[in-house]
Amino acid sequence: MTARGAGAAIEAEGLSRHFGAVKALDDVSFDVRPGELFGFIGPDGAGKTTLFRILTTLQRPDAGSARVLGLDVVKDFWAIRTRVGYMPGRFSLYADLSVEENLRFFASVFGTTLEQGAKLIAPIYEQIAPFKDRRAGALSGGMKQKLALCCALVHTPELLLLDEPTTGVDAVSRREFWDLLEKLRASGLTIVASTPYMDEASRCERVALIQRGKILEIADPRRIGERFDRPLIAVRARERMRLLEALRAHPGAGSVFPFGDVVHYTDARPGGDARAIADAVRQDLAARGIADAEVEIVSPGIEDVFMALMQRRGAEAA
Amino acid sequence: MTSALGERSIEVDGLTRRFGTFTAVDRISFDVAQGEVFGFLGANGAGKTTAIRMLIGLLAPSAGSARVAGYDVATHAEMVKRNIGYMSQRFSLYEDLTVRENITLYGGIYGLSDIAIEKRTTELVDRLDLRDDIDARVKSIPLGWKQKLAFSVAVLHDPRVVFLDEPTGGVDPITRRQFWELIYTTAATGTTVFVTTHYMDEAEYCDRVSIMVDGRIVALGTPAELKEQYEARSIDDVFVRLARAGTAA
Amino acid sequence: MSTPATRPKRPPSTLGAFVTKEMHHILRDRQTLAILLLMPLVQVLLFGYALRTDIRDLRVAVVDPTPDVATLRLRSRLAATSRFRLLKVSTTTNVLPELFQRRTADVALVLPTSFAERMGRGDTAQVLLITDASDPNTGTTMQVYVRSVLADFERDFGGARPRAGAIFIAVASRMRFNPTLESANLFVPGLIALVLTLVSALMTAISLSREKELGTLEVLLVSPLRPWQIIVGKVVPYLVLGFAITCLVLTAARVVFSVPMRGSVTLLLAESVLFTIVSLSLGVLVAARTSSQRAAMLGALVGTMMPTALLSGMIFPITSMPGWLQPVTRVVPARWFIVIARGIMLKGIGLEYLWRETAVLAGMALLLLVAATRSFHAHLD
Repeated sequence: MTARGAGAAIEAEGLSRHFGAVKALDDVSFDVRPGELFGFIGPDGAGKTTLFRILTTLQRPDAGSARVLGLDVVKDFWAIRTRVGYMPGRFSLYADLSVEENLRFFASVFGTTLEQGAKLIAPIYEQIAPFKDRRAGALSGGMKQKLALCCALVHTPELLLLDEPTTGVDAVSRREFWDLLEKLRASGLTIVASTPYMDEASRCERVALIQRGKILEIADPRRIGERFDRPLIAVRARERMRLLEALRAHPGAGSVFPFGDVVHYTDARPGGDARAIADAVRQDLAARGIADAEVEIVSPGIEDVFMALMQRRGAEAA
Repeated sequence: MTSALGERSIEVDGLTRRFGTFTAVDRISFDVAQGEVFGFLGANGAGKTTAIRMLIGLLAPSAGSARVAGYDVATHAEMVKRNIGYMSQRFSLYEDLTVRENITLYGGIYGLSDIAIEKRTTELVDRLDLRDDIDARVKSIPLGWKQKLAFSVAVLHDPRVVFLDEPTGGVDPITRRQFWELIYTTAATGTTVFVTTHYMDEAEYCDRVSIMVDGRIVALGTPAELKEQYEARSIDDVFVRLARAGTAA
Repeated sequence: MSTPATRPKRPPSTLGAFVTKEMHHILRDRQTLAILLLMPLVQVLLFGYALRTDIRDLRVAVVDPTPDVATLRLRSRLAATSRFRLLKVSTTTNVLPELFQRRTADVALVLPTSFAERMGRGDTAQVLLITDASDPNTGTTMQVYVRSVLADFERDFGGARPRAGAIFIAVASRMRFNPTLESANLFVPGLIALVLTLVSALMTAISLSREKELGTLEVLLVSPLRPWQIIVGKVVPYLVLGFAITCLVLTAARVVFSVPMRGSVTLLLAESVLFTIVSLSLGVLVAARTSSQRAAMLGALVGTMMPTALLSGMIFPITSMPGWLQPVTRVVPARWFIVIARGIMLKGIGLEYLWRETAVLAGMALLLLVAATRSFHAHLD
């Protein structure tokens, strides 16, 4: 593990930023290692966009400091701008320019050429090359996304910052997009991306869960279940609404949330023996007339953790 | 449940829409029962938006027919519009009006009496726990509440069918689930819910789902049926497999 | 990639690429381009034919209580002018109300008694001019016509100098350079100002705020491009477009209405470029202060188009505005440009007379350019 210091791609310390009465960012600290694929996961309005704008030097923090590629975001902003690639949220390209014209334009804006950037973007560009004479406005959503990524990479940046690159994109295109990001990471590029889709967390090496301007947790998504302090029970039954009501009425019930075709249940109190809880739930459901309930012990995913943290914060605030 | 109610609030038969030489929607056929929660899935550009526009009477079909809430969308588009509710991801509520003003506006548009609007407003605000924000501008309330409010406003006039176009995009996971409970409560009163989403776990919450690829419906059934048919662990897997096959073809 | 301590030097193509891209936007939006090119032509035709404020065939009633040699000569002069039709001559004003109510007369001229005698003595001859002012513009124009006949008459009558009041002098000086009062001649300079404002201020404001909405501006700001480079890249294509449209309007005006060009075309075009820079800077300022295309469009319309149309002297003469409003027109760039353009086209004068107005425009250009570049921060906030 790289320690905080000269080697970090990004180091942020106590970043805060408010707009009027709204605290968009509230004392946010984190660091990103060189070559890492780092994710910010959180809903709209969590402060992701403000954070990206501070990292790209477009906005300045009210408090705290951040260094990007070793450079201060407030003082050295011109130097940072030449060295990062940025894709803003809901970014659209020039719809009336062709794919190639868009690329050449962004290349020249960064003082380079499409040819010089070709090496880095080659794996992505080959997928859109067949449409290079098509107007960007006529591309499908997934293709637009890939073109936007090419445009952000054409000047061979050392750090790629993507603000919600997959929002509004279908599940297949989202997967393909993350496949591309993994390829880019493998070539040594440092990538920071944000997303409201929890299932995309697993594609990152580390994720920061962010909600209402605060980072709730930073963890390896594969080990995030370890942060969950109580057993998690998944229950399946045909009549989901009745199942939900029954589980909420179960003595000692903590959280009861639908998860795809099952319902996730935890006790209100931490700890406890998983098997005992599962048995109690099974018996109680049978007593409440839900005969077809299948109860099993599962390991928590990122969404379970996120919701638990959200609730804990809500309880603390109250 | 699906066929038990018998009555159908959406009947689609060979519905087609062409733009020039491009066929955006290609002979799709399906029925949705009254009170059903129907998930309408598809990749970007698969033709979902075009299909929904035809179903809500905004776009005339090139061929085929569709009846929504008992009316033909081609010949009785105005009656269709009167009997449905519609909520899209971002543009449903007027951000510069207050909560109350939005409710009153939509109630008025759908011809509810002042007394009915008053009553509905109270019910709705109580259910959503928005009492303190009733006179706040919509833009100042959190996104999750906004979406729940938009949904409640879309069903204010007790439509037979409500169309929801990516209603939960960008919403936090807890609110997303609360939103789906609202959907269930509404469906339980007999309103048909027709919903699109990019969250594949939400597809599992639907009574039935259809998957659209390149303008055609390639899969249709309950989530359990589809998973069994494609030997997949989740609807996500089913979707990715079908959509990938479509793009490759 | 080499990363020297200083910023890598930009290849010269950066700005060129920006301008090319902007040109693509302009040329590919066929509808807007067609409107931009056709609108000035349509306006030239409209102002030239349909909206002309010079009026022909005015019906004049003359009240002449004591006909004498002078009044007869005046009457025959009126009758001889192609613009006037002598409708009725009466010795009493009693007939006038009915003539106006039935709208059979446009103008009435009430002459004093013993007109010839008074003129001979050099006394003030009180002539009352009544016009149907239900259309104030036409009313004003009609008055101007009648006064011009009176002025000619006065000059020809010779000898004694009647002190007929300031109106004669005012009329004489106003009309010296447009003796036929052809409205097209007066309108073309104003039209150029209007069209240039539209193309430069409105279109720049819209195209810049569109980049804001698209999110592309964020990327441009994060790029090493300096704000001034973004502004220059945005502005140059519209400068070219404005120049082309100016040429178009001038050619159309010349071909269709034989509008004179008594001075230097080169000077006029140079002044147009100066005026365009002023308008473009205003457009950038508007875009910098607004957050949506809609707001930018309204801002540009209210902030630039309306003053150009209403406060520049293009339609309403500045001298006939209320006293408090007249100084306000001094901050309207089009006011100065119209003086310059009319001077060059109609009077044939050059910089030796127009340097003051040119200096004002140049000052505005400098000030606004600096303000526009300043308003365009390297940061979003």
